[in-house]
Amino acid sequence: MIDAIASVGRFSLDALAVLGRASMFLLRIFAALDAVVRRFGLTVWQVYSVGVRSVLIVVVAGLFVGMVLAYQGYITLVDFGAAEALGGVVALSLVRELGPVVTALLFAGRAGSALTAELGLMKTTEQLSAMEMMAVNPYRRVFAPRFVAGFLSMPLLAAMFSAVGVMGGYIVGVGLLGVDSGAYFSQMQAVTDWNEDVMSGVIKSIVFGFVVSWIAVFQGMDATPTSEGISRATTQTVVVSSLAVLGLDFILTGLMFGGN
Amino acid sequence: MKMRFVELAVGVFVLLGVAALFYLAVQVSNITDYRDGDTYEVTAYFSNVGGLKVRAPVNISGVRVGRVADIRYDPEAFEAKVTLAIRSEHDYLPADTQASIHTAGLLGEQYVALEPGGDYDTLQDGDRILFTQSAVVLENLIGRFMTNMGDD
Repeated sequence: MIDAIASVGRFSLDALAVLGRASMFLLRIFAALDAVVRRFGLTVWQVYSVGVRSVLIVVVAGLFVGMVLAYQGYITLVDFGAAEALGGVVALSLVRELGPVVTALLFAGRAGSALTAELGLMKTTEQLSAMEMMAVNPYRRVFAPRFVAGFLSMPLLAAMFSAVGVMGGYIVGVGLLGVDSGAYFSQMQAVTDWNEDVMSGVIKSIVFGFVVSWIAVFQGMDATPTSEGISRATTQTVVVSSLAVLGLDFILTGLMFGGN
Repeated sequence: MKMRFVELAVGVFVLLGVAALFYLAVQVSNITDYRDGDTYEVTAYFSNVGGLKVRAPVNISGVRVGRVADIRYDPEAFEAKVTLAIRSEHDYLPADTQASIHTAGLLGEQYVALEPGGDYDTLQDGDRILFTQSAVVLENLIGRFMTNMGDD
């Protein structure tokens, strides 16, 4: 009985300690941000490995999500004789929700896990300690560029996802199902607002990019330096950042669209 | 050589992302509606605004000349006070212009239609449109139709 209570206590203390370490880690990254500007080449490299190499999966996923949305939306709308509203349905669901959220989930799986595994291995093979021995600050040299690269790539990837999704919806809605092409876009423009819909989606994707990069880089830094530790940290990155994205999405949606 | 390729790829990536955002702005959203430039505001009182929303279009003969800037209930007039922001180039509207709330299609979104009158004075910023016609509430119409049927 007392053991059970003690284990609850240990669990809470551990959770608190992780939170504290993660916050300190973030602060150290912020302190090292000037290095990102000074040695921009490092960040460009990371944008390549985190962002550019995620483009394919994001674009293909966006295309298919848009096409499926158009199919399903059409089936529902055509019963009400409102098939012309398809463009609005597709664009709103993509821009507001699916673009940022699905991109963030893909990003966590594709880029976040890779970041964690890379950093975990660097830690295991004592590359980070070696850097410190050579008076190279790993925060400036390794962590900050990776964090900034993930943070910058997410909004761009989410925008691509939404744009490609809209085109996918066009292919199915107009090409296959015979919705009028002009109605598709005019309905879309009538219901989609730049400030309220597109910008809130962009804000969401920036927040998600921040959180996913933070979790991924932190998990890599915090990994137990064994092969098992790396695998656990990689899993943790995907699980924790996916849950964080979904939970944050609920909160952000409530803040942005719950008002009226 | 390798670095050059990476820089090129990142450049293309960033340009693609910006292009996607631009596409969302121009093709998907109504950002083009924001180019209203200078506007002046007039108010109109309606006994019922129906489903009219802020930023709904204001049309004359079907041509968009402005948008609804604000809708609130006026506790002194016991009516809804609708503020219309009209583009400054349309400064020729007669003072006895009539404003009515119409619905695009049977169940579409609602907008304000202006019907110019014959007065020589024109509407100025802060003026009030005196002649208004409220939104048609479909339930009332159906109710009236039903009672009329009973009388026959």
